Amino acid sequence: MSAFEKVAAARSTKKLTSVDYINALFGESFVELHGDRNYSDDKAVVGGVGMLNDMPVTVIGLEKGRNTFERMERNFGAAHPEGYRKALRLMKQAEKFHRPILTFVDTSGAFCGIGAEERGQGHAIATNLMEMMALKTPILAVFIGEGGSGGAIALAVADEVWMMENAVYSVISPEGCASILWKDSSKAAEAAECLKLTAKDLFELGVIERILREPSNDDRKMFESLKLLICRTFEKNLSIPGDELAKMRYNRFRKIGKQDA
Amino acid sequence: MDLFTFMKPKNELESSDEKDVKKPFVPDEMWEKCPECGTLLLTTDIEENMRVCSKCNHHFRLNARDRINMTADKDTFVEMDADFESTNIIGFPDYDEKLEKNKKKSGEKESVICGTCKLGGIDIVIVSMNSEFMMGSMGTVTGDKITRAFEYATEHKLPIVVFTVSGGARMQEGILSLMQMAKTSGAVKMHSDAGLLYITVLTDPTSGGVTASFAMEGDIILAEPKALIAFAGPRVIEQTIRQKLPKDFQTAEFVLQKGFVDKVVDRRYLKETLTHLLKIHNYGEVEK
Repeated sequence: MSAFEKVAAARSTKKLTSVDYINALFGESFVELHGDRNYSDDKAVVGGVGMLNDMPVTVIGLEKGRNTFERMERNFGAAHPEGYRKALRLMKQAEKFHRPILTFVDTSGAFCGIGAEERGQGHAIATNLMEMMALKTPILAVFIGEGGSGGAIALAVADEVWMMENAVYSVISPEGCASILWKDSSKAAEAAECLKLTAKDLFELGVIERILREPSNDDRKMFESLKLLICRTFEKNLSIPGDELAKMRYNRFRKIGKQDA
Repeated sequence: MDLFTFMKPKNELESSDEKDVKKPFVPDEMWEKCPECGTLLLTTDIEENMRVCSKCNHHFRLNARDRINMTADKDTFVEMDADFESTNIIGFPDYDEKLEKNKKKSGEKESVICGTCKLGGIDIVIVSMNSEFMMGSMGTVTGDKITRAFEYATEHKLPIVVFTVSGGARMQEGILSLMQMAKTSGAVKMHSDAGLLYITVLTDPTSGGVTASFAMEGDIILAEPKALIAFAGPRVIEQTIRQKLPKDFQTAEFVLQKGFVDKVVDRRYLKETLTHLLKIHNYGEVEK
């Protein structure tokens, strides 16, 4: 598969969304929690608490919606500032009760619009980056579809970042890149290749820790093994003192693009 | 007399068909037109007025070096990591050439200059981004230099002042640029947790990945008048929502009114304001 075919696969509407993953992993135990306590409840972000085997976990996902109606309601997974603020509220709550945090990333990017700018999209993302870096509880981010730039990293400052084999993660969309650089968005396929945005590229660049085989919706066995893998990672990280874990998280990002003095 | 063959007698000064006629010589660099009000201004006058239009108060863009010279006390600036240079880490087409061109154009090696200096006699770390180098875009070296500046400030218990100007993350370095948003934010957090002061000065334009990271993380966020401050630039938004944006949308004054900037400060009073804020935070000698 070429890079651009991966992008198309990541955007496919047939793909499982965050809600599918949450249902499959948490089942009946999931309780959705709403709102950022400040402005509103952004439906592009779904979050709450539930049990992963015997472990209480806070789970947050960027949700694109599974049919046309849902996609409209979820704003196609493009969150507003209140969505990122809701996520941060739930993460702070997780830290208080020393619960690990699991995030699912699937978005073309943070929403670009008048309201989003007026309510401080940049500020909301910046605050998440800063606060997530210091959270004293384990965080794991899983990219299940599209990872669009600032809107994706705002939920991905984690101890480990995993990606589905057909997920992508990029600083800019291939179309955006092509139209800025070559004034021609039809060269998106070429741009996709240059941007190094596939799971394999990112693994080689040291940006992610693990590439996962993608489960289908009725694949119980795959979900059970994914659940086990997540639980093991959380168990390992829960045994590390919070301060130290935060420091390790900082060093994880610190080494990316580090220059020799 | 044939009326239509009448020609006006030639005036010596008017001989337009002669090309080598000497017009008064005005070197280009002597005058600059204010892009806001259109007034023709003497370059020396603009320089004297800290590159602010004396007619309409338009703030011309400053390069990073001039910014530092204007802010730091005389002869106190010591540059850090001056020799750090970007390389084409993901093999992006034409990036090497672009880097060379921008180095030549700006006379700098990267899109940010970091160092220490005194400001109103107070020791600070200073970071100044450069719009003349790839529109101040944040690559890995930019991110690393800024991170190191924050780490230095934390280690030496110094306050830090950051002047931002940027088009966002540098796409020629792909995902590695995006990671700098998290990295710089982590360094800001450590500086903040150590109880130290971080003042941001947003200048025209500050956008994208820089707005969505350290630019918006200051304890105090100042901005220059009329500066564009955005996450998504106006063109991207217009394309997304397919409507024209109001003229003052995303200006410093607009962002101030929305509550994301503490104060809009005229460049000519900036040094005074920064010194005062540093003193209020108990840096330097407290005046009694």
